[in-house]
Amino acid sequence: MKIKILVLIIFYLISFFNLSHGANSEKVDQISKNLRCLICQGQSVYDSQSDFALSMKILIQNKIDEGKNDEQIYDFLKSKYGEWIVYDPEIRKNTVLLWVLPLILFVFGGILIFRKVSIK
Amino acid sequence: MVKNIKLIAVVFLVIASFFILLKGLNKTNNYSPNLNSSNIDFNFKAKFLYSNEETTLYELINDKDFSLINIWASWCLPCRDEHPYLLNLNSLGKLNIIGINYKDSEVNAKKFIKELGNPYSKIVVDPSGVNSIELGAYGVPETILIHNKSKTILKKYIGPLDDEKLTELKMIIKNEN
Repeated sequence: MKIKILVLIIFYLISFFNLSHGANSEKVDQISKNLRCLICQGQSVYDSQSDFALSMKILIQNKIDEGKNDEQIYDFLKSKYGEWIVYDPEIRKNTVLLWVLPLILFVFGGILIFRKVSIK
Repeated sequence: MVKNIKLIAVVFLVIASFFILLKGLNKTNNYSPNLNSSNIDFNFKAKFLYSNEETTLYELINDKDFSLINIWASWCLPCRDEHPYLLNLNSLGKLNIIGINYKDSEVNAKKFIKELGNPYSKIVVDPSGVNSIELGAYGVPETILIHNKSKTILKKYIGPLDDEKLTELKMIIKNEN
């Protein structure tokens, strides 16, 4: 009986430890999902198990422990690796086309459909 | 007439996409940030390989004109290939070559140096890889040339050094003097 209780206590202790530990790494997950793994093709830092991505996750954890907020962490990484590292590019001179093109295509397609329908 | 235009359009598209893809073949897959924006964080803390003391990048850079930061590991094969180039650069005497040992075991790192020679004036270890990320590095090997006076990055090489990069490095050092 005593052993059972002991095992149960240990089990709960481990779960609690994981829970408290998981709280912070959830934040790491959240940030790393928005970061492009620069040496992997088409993967986020969150998805990748490469050395680069693993180190990146440790770095993000360190920055969180230092009390930095999300914005500061993104800015830090952008200053090191450039705009490319974040999945959400800002609107700038060289990214204007990226933002405007879908809109243009949408309007253009709409006009095409509208014309086809009205001809019929 | 309409059929003709369609055919021309299709042929044109095929040719255009062929050349776009052909051009893409020659492009490197690695993206590297433009250098003018990347300044170095000198508060970088790391431990020495041969002693347990902690140091900062600021202390590592001494009064020679240039510092060359080289990120390496004993498990990295291209690092083995580029090692003679580092020894060659060290023999110039104008460079302060700093080694960052990336995600390596202490024993293997020391063995690597013993076997191939030591071009580094100082070696620090980076067991978690975090220091390298703070330098804006991608992995091993990577080499960063720093102008000591202005504390700026002059050149950054991702991947192993080769003959071409060696001549370029020597040119930069010559011209900056």
